[in-house]
Formats: sequence, structure tokens, C-alpha cells
Amino acid sequence: MTEPLLEALRLKKAFDGLAAVDDVSLTIAERELVGIIGANGAGKTTFVNIVTGYLKPDSGQVRFRGGDITRLTPREITRLGIVRSFQVAQLFPDLTVLDNALIALAVAARTEGSFFRPLKRYELVEQVFGLLRGFAIDAYAAHKTAALPQGVRKLLDIAMAMSGRPRLVLLDEPTSGVSKDEKFLLMDRLLEALVQSGASVLFIEHDMELVERYAQRLIAFNEGRVIADGAPAAVLADPQVRAFVGGAPGKQPQGERPTSDALA
Amino acid sequence: MLTLVVIVLDGLVYSSWLFIVAVGLTLIYGVLRIVNVAHGSFYALGAYVMASAAGYYFARGLPPQANYLIIPLAALVVGLVVGLPLERGLLRFFYGRDQVVLVLVTYAAFLVLEDATKLVWGVDPYYAVEPYRLLGTLSVGGLPYAVYDLCLIGVAGGLGAVLWWGLNRTRNGKLLGAVIHDREMSEAFGVNVTPIFTATFVLGAMLGALGGALTAPEISVVPGVGAEVIVLAFAVVVTGGLGSVVGAMLGALIVGMARAAVIHLAPSVELFVVYLVMAVVLALRPQGLFAPAAARKI
Amino acid sequence: MAAAALRRDFTPVILTAALVLLLAGSAVVPAYLRFLFELALANGLAVMGLMLLMRAGLVSFGQGLYYCLGGYTAGIAGSFLGISDVFALLALGAAVAAVVGLLCGLLIARYREIFFAMLTLAFTMVLYGLLINNERLGSTDGFNVPAPHFLGWAPEGERLGLTLFVVTCVLVYVVALGLHRYLGSAMGYLGEAIRENELRVEYLGASVRRLLLVKYVLAAVLAGLGGVLTGLAVGHVDPDLANWTTSGEFLFMALLGGIENVAAPLLGALVLELVRSYALEYAPYLWQMTLGATMLVIILFLPGGLWSLARMRKGADLTPEL
Repeated sequence: MTEPLLEALRLKKAFDGLAAVDDVSLTIAERELVGIIGANGAGKTTFVNIVTGYLKPDSGQVRFRGGDITRLTPREITRLGIVRSFQVAQLFPDLTVLDNALIALAVAARTEGSFFRPLKRYELVEQVFGLLRGFAIDAYAAHKTAALPQGVRKLLDIAMAMSGRPRLVLLDEPTSGVSKDEKFLLMDRLLEALVQSGASVLFIEHDMELVERYAQRLIAFNEGRVIADGAPAAVLADPQVRAFVGGAPGKQPQGERPTSDALA
Repeated sequence: MLTLVVIVLDGLVYSSWLFIVAVGLTLIYGVLRIVNVAHGSFYALGAYVMASAAGYYFARGLPPQANYLIIPLAALVVGLVVGLPLERGLLRFFYGRDQVVLVLVTYAAFLVLEDATKLVWGVDPYYAVEPYRLLGTLSVGGLPYAVYDLCLIGVAGGLGAVLWWGLNRTRNGKLLGAVIHDREMSEAFGVNVTPIFTATFVLGAMLGALGGALTAPEISVVPGVGAEVIVLAFAVVVTGGLGSVVGAMLGALIVGMARAAVIHLAPSVELFVVYLVMAVVLALRPQGLFAPAAARKI
Repeated sequence: MAAAALRRDFTPVILTAALVLLLAGSAVVPAYLRFLFELALANGLAVMGLMLLMRAGLVSFGQGLYYCLGGYTAGIAGSFLGISDVFALLALGAAVAAVVGLLCGLLIARYREIFFAMLTLAFTMVLYGLLINNERLGSTDGFNVPAPHFLGWAPEGERLGLTLFVVTCVLVYVVALGLHRYLGSAMGYLGEAIRENELRVEYLGASVRRLLLVKYVLAAVLAGLGGVLTGLAVGHVDPDLANWTTSGEFLFMALLGGIENVAAPLLGALVLELVRSYALEYAPYLWQMTLGATMLVIILFLPGGLWSLARMRKGADLTPEL
């Protein structure tokens, strides 16, 4: 058997004695498209925060392509090829979409220390437009991101993360804050671009319709534990999942538990 | 041994002075989250008002023992005449802005007040030595100490006690404590913070002016006294922990004792040591040594 | 589409025109006015450094530290070490500022906002306290800086003033051009990125701390160069260069001019120097009041500084400069 891309081994994390992630072990293979479901406070975002180095687990290990990344910083983990999106898009609000993406691309190319070459040079700007086109947001290039619709901001957030050609993408509620009708459109665009890049995708989602339609594999969290992991149909039919996640299509709680603080 | 006694006594006097000068700054920061550069102006104004009022008082030949009443009066006048309009007329428009912006705004106010002071009092020095002289000296272990200086210790102690009592044992004080701890939460619970802000600022201004008024008999009051004091007050407040009255007291003790020790043991680094204490504390523990616990956000 | 996003860059043209104008003007204008411009440009170097920090969201209350170090380095090298070549002094001043900047920067790069401001203030006051108590360096009075040489040439009087002015103009011009390139580079853009969202920068894979450290050291070097030139121009240095009021003035110049373009801090420094000289002559007691009142007006009504007035005329434009 080939080595898994990501391996989480018995991860535990408690906030003020309250277990947010409680003995979670799971693996993600290359080119997998995995959905994560769970009620608010089930530990989904905390899990993503641990994998990307924002939080350090109390115990357990995260391995990526065979190497231990548990103690690495978010920056180092990004460099290794794990990127994430945020529930609230993390952008540079006062800069344009073009500038946002240019900066992302420059850092991805490890040229953030370049101090004399203009950032806005033809070939790089072209490259950015290519990236933006991949997510169908090139029309917004000249707009400041602060004023953009939520969906565009979310796409840009992910496009910026993708500029480093990652191997694993963690999406934290990619469709939160986006209207019901636009969700499918957004996911279509998003997953097409991501799958094309050859990366594995892990996405947290509350909307069961979306999960059913897009995930190849489904993981259900409850109270910090993985209660089901497998084919979407099977997981959604699991009585435990039905009881705790309450995932009747259409019912979608918003937001996340407060302990996920800055990233919430 | 004698050196030690002298250092401790000198240190105590200087610490007391530092506390009086700095406590208003910490109070204002605690409640309003403003690092108030104009605190130096309040100090200078207090000194000027005291000096000219004392000059007038003694020139009229009024009963000399009662002149000490001028000191709190000067503080009251400065607080109401300068502090109140400054808060109502200027600072309140900047509430909610970045703390650094408020530093700049109070810095601008400081510059304006510096020149306003010059316009009123000119640039020649003012003296008000009588209150200092009247109390005479006291021999401590063979060394003469000005009683006025020793009184500062009492004033600082009393001020600290009153503030501590006011903050911890009165209803308004507890309200203030709640605002210091968590402004948003207090507002959410229906505390009207506007009058609290105004009252605190005026009180802080009065304390700054009180520092100046108390110092006036010991110095020649000239333009620029405020600029010197503001950094000293910063050093004290930062060392103790921004926003904490107890911290200001401990900060004053640390800085005051350090300076006294240095004056007697290595006089060539006197001022340097004060700033060094501030820099080291800030670098290692930017919230100060005894900062009040901040409310946990989220 | 990509081509449309690239705009023409007029800043080098403006800077070159300003240089030509200054050099040509120096032949005509009276010496005191030339001296005034010289001081403004020297201060402008420090303010351009401050601009770098402010663009990254850091407000320093302590650029005077490096300014003073530059001035004292020039003075000490000239008076005690017999080094008086202007270029050697500039290199020395920059080196001292860089070393101290790196040491302080390692500590300081962790802090933000008010803590950053206060720590920078504390550092500059430490130097101030040191100098005040140092009798050998003239304590509060400071000491005189000997006239510099220019690669072996030692002009005097009017010639000296003129030569120093030309050196200052050319140095500021070169630095401004270089900084302009810097602002348009990846590292320049990352300054704004850090101001806007540090977390994002880290999650893109860049080290915020390292970037800020570079900016801090660069700002220190610029202030150091400004200090050397000021020391040489005035012929005297004193501890007030490190006093917090000096740093406050730099901050004021940055607010006044703006931080959007390299030329803006220079504009701020120039306007302030001109207003100062006239105010001190005609209304000495109103000088600080004018300063304070202007500062309030700028903070309230013109947060982008004077430079933003020039931009407004061009009309609303979504693509920023550079």
C-alpha cells in the first residue's frame, strides 16, 4: 500500500478542560475529495487548525507524506504543501484582487525577499490573470477586495492558497456566507479548479446536499470524535450520524464554536 | 549602612513623586485606553498655576500656613478648565480609533498646550519656593532632609490609598473596574460609559496637575518641564503595567529606587537607568510587570 | 488584460525633475534657503524610513535613535578619529545604525501597535539618557562636528555649503529612486499585506517577522544617513536628536506629507521645515501650536496627508499607483 498523504494519529486538544478534538485518527490519500460534517462544536475547525499548525495538539501526531509536521508553524506547513481556506475569507482588504493574488504568487514562488524587481511585471500579472480565470473571478481584478461579494472573496481566498501548488487543500466551510443558489455554482468552480490541480481536498460543510453531491468520502465528527468515515451514502445513512449531525438536507446551522477564535 | 538608608529614603521620596506624577496617566489608560501624551501639559499647567498663585498669595501677605490649599485648588482648576474641554471637545471624537492614532492626537494636544502655556506665562521662569522653605528641614541620621520632600511620601501614600479605596470599595469604583476589565461587555450590560470616560479623564488630568503643583515649589517652572516629565511618567506606568494603579505604585518604587541607588553609586548614568528600566521591562514583558488581567476575548 | 493593469510610473520623472530644479536653484537662492532645503532633505531620509514602517502598519516613536546615532557617529569620527570624508562618514553612520537597528529590531519585531510605539520610544530615550550623562561628549550641550572633506578635497565657507547640498540632493535622489523600486517590489507590497492581514501573510508562507526586521533595519539606516547629513550641515550635534520630540517631528512629517509615495515624506519634511523657519521668525510662541493644530486637522480631515490631495485630482481610480 502506498503511503497516505496525510495521517493524523490520536490527536487530542482541549480548551479549558473541554475536549475539542478527542483522539482523532484519520488518513487522507492522494487525490482524494473528502467532506467533513458535524454539528457546531464537533471539532472540525479545531482539527483543521491543528493540521495547519495554528494550534498545537495536547497529544498525538500529524504526519504529511511520511514526515512529522506536528510542531511546525503554519508558514512551514504551507511551504510543505498544505494550504487552507478560512470561514471568513482572509484577504488584504485595502488592496485590489490583482494585488492580493500577485502577493500570493510572489510568496509562493519564494520571491518575497525580492526588493528591486517590480511585482507588477507583465509575465507575473499574466500568470495572476490565469489563476483568477481558473476561479472565474478575473473580472474583479481591479476591485478592492473589501467591497466584493462574499462568494468572490471566498474564491479569491482559495485561489491565493492554491497559488503555491499545494498537495492538500483544507477548506473550512467554503460556502458559508454565500446564498443558497450560489453555493452549487461556487462549489462547481472551486472543485473543478482544485481537482484539476491534482491536490487532495478536505472540506468542512454543513449543507448535506452539497456534501452528498461533491464528496467522494465523508467523515462525521461529533464531540471531538470521528463517528463515521466512509462512502457518503453509507455515512449519511448511519443512525449515529443522523442523530448527532442532524443532517437533513436544507438544515444548516451557521458559524462555529467560539474557541476557534481568530479563524472563526 | 548610611548609604543604604540614604538610598532608601531618597528612593522613597523620588518614588512618591513619580507615583503622584504618573498615576493619572495609568488611570486614563486603564479606562479610556489612551496613552495620554498631554499628561505632560497637565503637569506643566499645574506647576504654572501653583507658582503664579503662590506668588500672588505670598505677595498679599496672607496667612502662610494656609498656602498649601493652593496645591489641590490648582489641580482642580487645571482639571476642569483644561482637562474637561480637551476630552469633550476633542478626544471623544476619536474614541474607537486605533490607540496609536490617539497617541498622535494627544501629542498634538500637547504641542498646542505647550505654546498656550508660553502665551499665558511667557518664557521666564517662575518660582514658588515659600511652601518648600516654610516646612524647614529634618535631620535623618545627621543628614538634613526637607520636610516638604518627606511630606510627598505621605501624599503619595494617601493618594494611593484613596484611589485604591475608591476603585475597590465604592459603587462607582466597581463600575469603573468593570469598564477597565471589559468595556464592550460593560456597555452591553447597560453601563453608560460616556460620563465614566469624562470623569476619569478629568480626574486623571487633575492628578497630573497635582503632580505639577506639588513639584512647583522645588523647581524653577520653565517651558519644557512637561516634555521631560511625560517620558518619566511613561517609564513608571509601563514598568508597573499600563492601566493598573497598584502597578503604578510598584513601578514608581522600582524606578525611584533604581535611580536613587544609581545617583549614589554611579551618578553618571542617572537618567539612563530610568529609561533602561522601561526599555528592558517593555522588551521582556510589554504589558508591564503588574498589568491587570485583561478580559479574555472570546 | 494584463497590460491594462500596468500603469505608467511617473515618480522617477518627478524625482528627477525635482533634483534638477534643486541643483539649478541652489545657484540662485540665498544660502539660508538652501540650508533649509538641505535640512529638510536630510530629515526626509529619516521620514522615508518611517514611511516604510508605517506602510507595514508600525508607528515608530523612536526614529530619533538612529538619527542621533548617525549624527554622533559623524561627530565622533570627525572629532576623535580624524575621519572626515563625507562618504566614509555616511557609510559609517549607516553601518552603526544598521547594527544597532538589527539588535533592537530582533527584539522589537515581535511587537505591534502601541507596544511597538512605546518600545521604540523607550529605546531612543535610553540613548538620550546615555548622552545627557556623558561629559566627554558634551552632555546636554553636545559638541561640534568638524567640516567634512570630499574625497580629499576640503572646501570652505560658501563652497563647503554648496558641495554638501549637492551631495545631500544626490544621495536623497538615489535613495528615493531605490525606495520607489522597493515599494513596487514583492517585499514592498508585503509591507501593506502585513498591515492588512498578518495571519494571511504567514499562511501564504512568508515570515512576517523577517520581513518586518528588514524594514526596521532599512528604516534605521535611512535615519542614520539623515543624522550624518544633519550633523555635517549644522556642524553640531546634541542629545536632543535622540529626544522623543525629534521622533515626534518625524512622525508629524510623515503624517503631513503622507506615505503613499516616496516623494510624500520629502514633501512633508520640506513643508514642515519651511513653516518652522517662518513661524520661528514671526511667531516663535505659536510654532508648536501651529504644528499641533495642523496635525489634528490632518488626522481628522486628510488622513492620507498632502500627497493625497494630488491624487484626488486624478479622480477615482481603482488601480493604485506603482
